[in-house]
Amino acid sequence: MRNPLSSRIEGIPFSGIRKFFDIAAEMTDVISLGVGEPDFDTPWHIRDEGIYSLEKGRTAYTSNAGLKELKVEIANYLERRFGVSYDPDAEMMITVGGSEAIDVAMRAMLDPGDEVLIPQPSYVSYLPCAMLANGTPKVINLKAEHEFRLTEEELRGAVTPKTKLLVLPFPNNPTGAVMEKEDLEAVARVVKEHDLYVLSDEIYAELTYLEGKDHVTIASLPGMRERTVLINGFSKAYSMTGWRLGYACAPKAILEQMLKIHQYAIMCAPTTSQYAAVEAVRNGDGDVAGMREEYNRRRRYLMHRFQEMGLSCFEPFGAFYAFPCIREFGMASDEFATRMLQEEKVVVVPGTAFGECGEGFLRISYAYSLEKLKEALDRMEHFIGRLRGKAADGS
Amino acid sequence: MELREKILSLIETNSRIDLKDLAVTLGVTEAEVANEMAAMEEERVICGYHTLIDWEKTSIEKVNALIEVRVTPQRGRGFDSVAERIYNYPEVSAVYLISGGYDLLVTLEGKTLREAAQFVSDKLSTLDSVLSTKTNFILKKYKDHGTVIAKPKEDERMLVSL
Repeated sequence: MRNPLSSRIEGIPFSGIRKFFDIAAEMTDVISLGVGEPDFDTPWHIRDEGIYSLEKGRTAYTSNAGLKELKVEIANYLERRFGVSYDPDAEMMITVGGSEAIDVAMRAMLDPGDEVLIPQPSYVSYLPCAMLANGTPKVINLKAEHEFRLTEEELRGAVTPKTKLLVLPFPNNPTGAVMEKEDLEAVARVVKEHDLYVLSDEIYAELTYLEGKDHVTIASLPGMRERTVLINGFSKAYSMTGWRLGYACAPKAILEQMLKIHQYAIMCAPTTSQYAAVEAVRNGDGDVAGMREEYNRRRRYLMHRFQEMGLSCFEPFGAFYAFPCIREFGMASDEFATRMLQEEKVVVVPGTAFGECGEGFLRISYAYSLEKLKEALDRMEHFIGRLRGKAADGS
Repeated sequence: MELREKILSLIETNSRIDLKDLAVTLGVTEAEVANEMAAMEEERVICGYHTLIDWEKTSIEKVNALIEVRVTPQRGRGFDSVAERIYNYPEVSAVYLISGGYDLLVTLEGKTLREAAQFVSDKLSTLDSVLSTKTNFILKKYKDHGTVIAKPKEDERMLVSL
């Protein structure tokens, strides 16, 4: 029989967490810090609108690009929060989560041989999406000493005449790194100089913790709007992961081609979710602020505990992850995480799941109640204490 | 929000929160939190630290009633004097002045239905300034003090996701 599979898909590896999921699923009393989604339920008034839309029988397709009402609200929101304006009719589409937007943007923009710069550690889908879109992914290894921000030098060092697209994944999963305005200005200089485009994945835009400094989108910098595909969504800000709803904003010429793919592959994003999202973006600012404040409290607690444990970790100012360094234990991230799961029943994700340069780090999610965090960190402290005790014994 | 309001919003639903954790999570020192709380106790901003108990799950019987009371306000003292006469009864757990169809809402906690009924007929109704009462018994508490009584649902998220 012939091989039913394409060589391209076979060349793409599975994501690196299956193993942990399989081990943890067999165990009892496991406590996890391994989750990449919020722990809050979607605020009730948003769920209620979803229910109401079902009661009203709004169960048909929406237009391909999404509900007009929702796009208008998102345009208002982006203007109000981040100072960028997009035409809801021509420059915006509603997608099935931010994930679809990433895929569609790459497919709309890349030709074979085009290089895509992907800073890592970062979310796992950029690389495979670039490959599926016939692009050539080129990884930029971010560094702890720069707090995992992308620097101008790193970017310059990676650009070649074939480079077309830069992925900008900030605030970042898994490191929690943010890019401030000055950082983005430096990146923008290089992008304009080399005539590049930017795929800016800003799904964590609402979750930043720098006092008095909200997230800045690169699309708001001079000359960058026409070079940027801005991706955002409802999953993280409004705790709506299961609703599968995101959006992309881009200049008309790019957006209409993205929409073509979306039209043929997806048709439209879920209608119920779109109605719920109208309520979220219209009346959800207070919920977002409340959740942000709660994450910030946990973040401070986590950093305090790391400090007490003597675990080195740069202070993360975005998303809901910390990325502590475990090099002192002389173990690979994968081994450390596996042993901690087996010995203390705590799940964390090895940094290597997000790129090779994540070696020596762990992703710790703080999308958990303070009580859960405390329990998990007690176990982690215990584990570390034993490792250090052993090291001190020379055994 | 100022520190004071932040502390209050956190201890409102968890008065047993560890002072050290409170300080760490708010990014201030333990002394600052302790001082602020002491000041608020002094000023009666914080009037007590209560628990929320589901008595249904215990062997102790309790009857809770909400009594709507219409009263004649007194010259010079308005509703305060009659409210005081009512709230001094230990079986009364709360007294609120209410806008709308009646004046005072009195919540009562009794051991038995008879005890509650007796309070209303012997003590409350016989007060001079009380014009009428309407007693509502609570059959089931679904949510109290912002907390849903039923067991919260488990974390249904997958153990690991990227």
